[in-house]
Amino acid sequence: MADTVKLPEDSFKPITSDDRAALDSEKIAAPSLTFAQDAWRRLKKNRGAWVSLIVLIVIFIMAFGSLFVSPHDPNAVHPAYANLPSKIPGIGINGFNGTLVQAGERIDAYKAAGASGAHYIMGTDYLGRDLFSRVLYGTRISLIIALVATLFDLTIGVTYGMFSGWKGGRVDTIMQRIIEIILSIPNLVVIVLLILILKPGMASIIIAIALTSWVNMARLVRAQTLELKEQEFILAARTLGESPIKIAFKHLLPNLSSVIIINTMFTIPNAIFFEATLSYIGIGISSPQASLGTLLNDGQKNFQFLPYQMWWPALILSIIMLAFNLLGDGLRDAFDPRTKE
Amino acid sequence: MAKYLAKRIFYLILTLFIVITVTFFLMKLLPGTPLTNQAKLSKSQINLIYEQYGLNKPVWQQYLLYLAGAVKGDFGTSFQFSDQPVSYLISSRIGPSLQIGLQAMIIGVLLGVIIGAFGAMKQNTWVDTTTTVVSILGISIPSFVLAVLLQYYLGLKAGWFPIAEWGGFIYTVLPTLALGAQPLAESARFVRTEMVDVLSSDYIELAKAKGLSRTGVIYHHALRNSLIPLITIVGPLAVNIMTGSMVVENIFSIPGIGEQFVKSVLTNDYPTIMGLTIVYSFMLCVVLLITDILYGIVDPRIRLTGKAN
Repeated sequence: MADTVKLPEDSFKPITSDDRAALDSEKIAAPSLTFAQDAWRRLKKNRGAWVSLIVLIVIFIMAFGSLFVSPHDPNAVHPAYANLPSKIPGIGINGFNGTLVQAGERIDAYKAAGASGAHYIMGTDYLGRDLFSRVLYGTRISLIIALVATLFDLTIGVTYGMFSGWKGGRVDTIMQRIIEIILSIPNLVVIVLLILILKPGMASIIIAIALTSWVNMARLVRAQTLELKEQEFILAARTLGESPIKIAFKHLLPNLSSVIIINTMFTIPNAIFFEATLSYIGIGISSPQASLGTLLNDGQKNFQFLPYQMWWPALILSIIMLAFNLLGDGLRDAFDPRTKE
Repeated sequence: MAKYLAKRIFYLILTLFIVITVTFFLMKLLPGTPLTNQAKLSKSQINLIYEQYGLNKPVWQQYLLYLAGAVKGDFGTSFQFSDQPVSYLISSRIGPSLQIGLQAMIIGVLLGVIIGAFGAMKQNTWVDTTTTVVSILGISIPSFVLAVLLQYYLGLKAGWFPIAEWGGFIYTVLPTLALGAQPLAESARFVRTEMVDVLSSDYIELAKAKGLSRTGVIYHHALRNSLIPLITIVGPLAVNIMTGSMVVENIFSIPGIGEQFVKSVLTNDYPTIMGLTIVYSFMLCVVLLITDILYGIVDPRIRLTGKAN
């Protein structure tokens, strides 16, 4: 036992206050952040995405709040007050003061209709229905369709993608072939065919959009799953005898969440766009229900004389699409810092 | 290459076969006949009309006949326009659609590349901001809204272009613009991101260090390498244009297949709907095949012989 370890004598001295200060310098000053907190912090820095998020929240609250508090009944018909332009009290700019150009002259449409006291923020349509209430109503329908379609997208798309990626081999090949076949028909054509079979209406639009929109999600989730399942923590979970379903929920899903959230942000505007297109063509939502697409279609007929009837729904539709796109971009940068420019 | 091509073409045919089969049986599920006024017709008259359309045979025979016809490009007779073969309806209407679609694609992508490249070159300046705004607006504003606005302001108010109908080139300008906005926006955004990436890579540094002029660096190195991945979005853009054309053709009343599709849907003209569905998926399949092959040619790092993905 000759070679005992020789420790220097000062190792046994108590720590002085100087040493303690040196130790403190190694302390991490910033609080440690979870992945979600980190993403949230990055999202808040992105001005476009942040504003979009607030705009969307406001639109959501207004659209669903109009269930309880609506300026007017969206379906109440006032033939006497038909085709009144928008009038916002206190604003004198042409286009918002209730005046209209008729036969080359600007006249006060409200006075002409004998409705001097009333004011409609976005005006009224050809039946005298309050356009603002109808736009809110239409926005609500569009949002409901988009959200339910997204829900299907999340369940079908994510399950399909995870299953395909997890199984691999022949199952994967066949499942991918099916996706390729679906992708080889333009989505709108498939949706139109499905609506024909299911009879036009809100439910069939939701089903048709849901049945076609999950494909992209499935592809992304599959690609990510293929990558993840080779990693050690999955191997560890398998070795410990975890069941595949538990692995999917406990290990795969959390790691897939950013892909899923980002893709959802692009599915929603797509669904809104498809619904608007279908209603615009005339096979979507039918009267007296309204969606942004039907409002656009109604407004477009009178665009030459009553341009506000199309401008308002077009504006709201574009704002919703814009906000979802910007938010999607922001979320992508926030969840995946590698893609930041 | 030949083996890859053969495999892809086999898949193309298989896909079309499945599309035909599924649409055929979906259409069989639907109620509706070619008869406009069933109550006024006698039993023998109805039988005669059914015989004319081949509807009196059992479904499996109808299916086989349809399949055999489809191979030869015969999609049956239209319900809406009696005595009008669907194939004639499609072939006489596909020209305008193709012209507008191709114009929109070419102009949109070309302008998009230029705008995107400028944005990337002048990163974080007002040029870049404008690029981003243009591309995000182009993606967010639906093509049919744009179409109506163009029709009103450039067609009716300014009087520069005809507002509707189909004639010479001048008639294609507005629909092309309406349809081209989306490809423009998408490709501008894509090229910008891609090029920002490329501009910060080592070989660009090397090209600059060698003393190449700015245009030389941009044109020979940056732009070329950013354009390769652009091929991958041509397929989705083609889908966008096909989708958009259905509404845009309606707005400008262009005698194209998009307008016909909507009309057929509204009048339950099943043979025409089926024929057009097949034509749409055929066109999309061909676009996807061409882009895949092009991608392999332009970027030799991607080997076509292996797995497609």
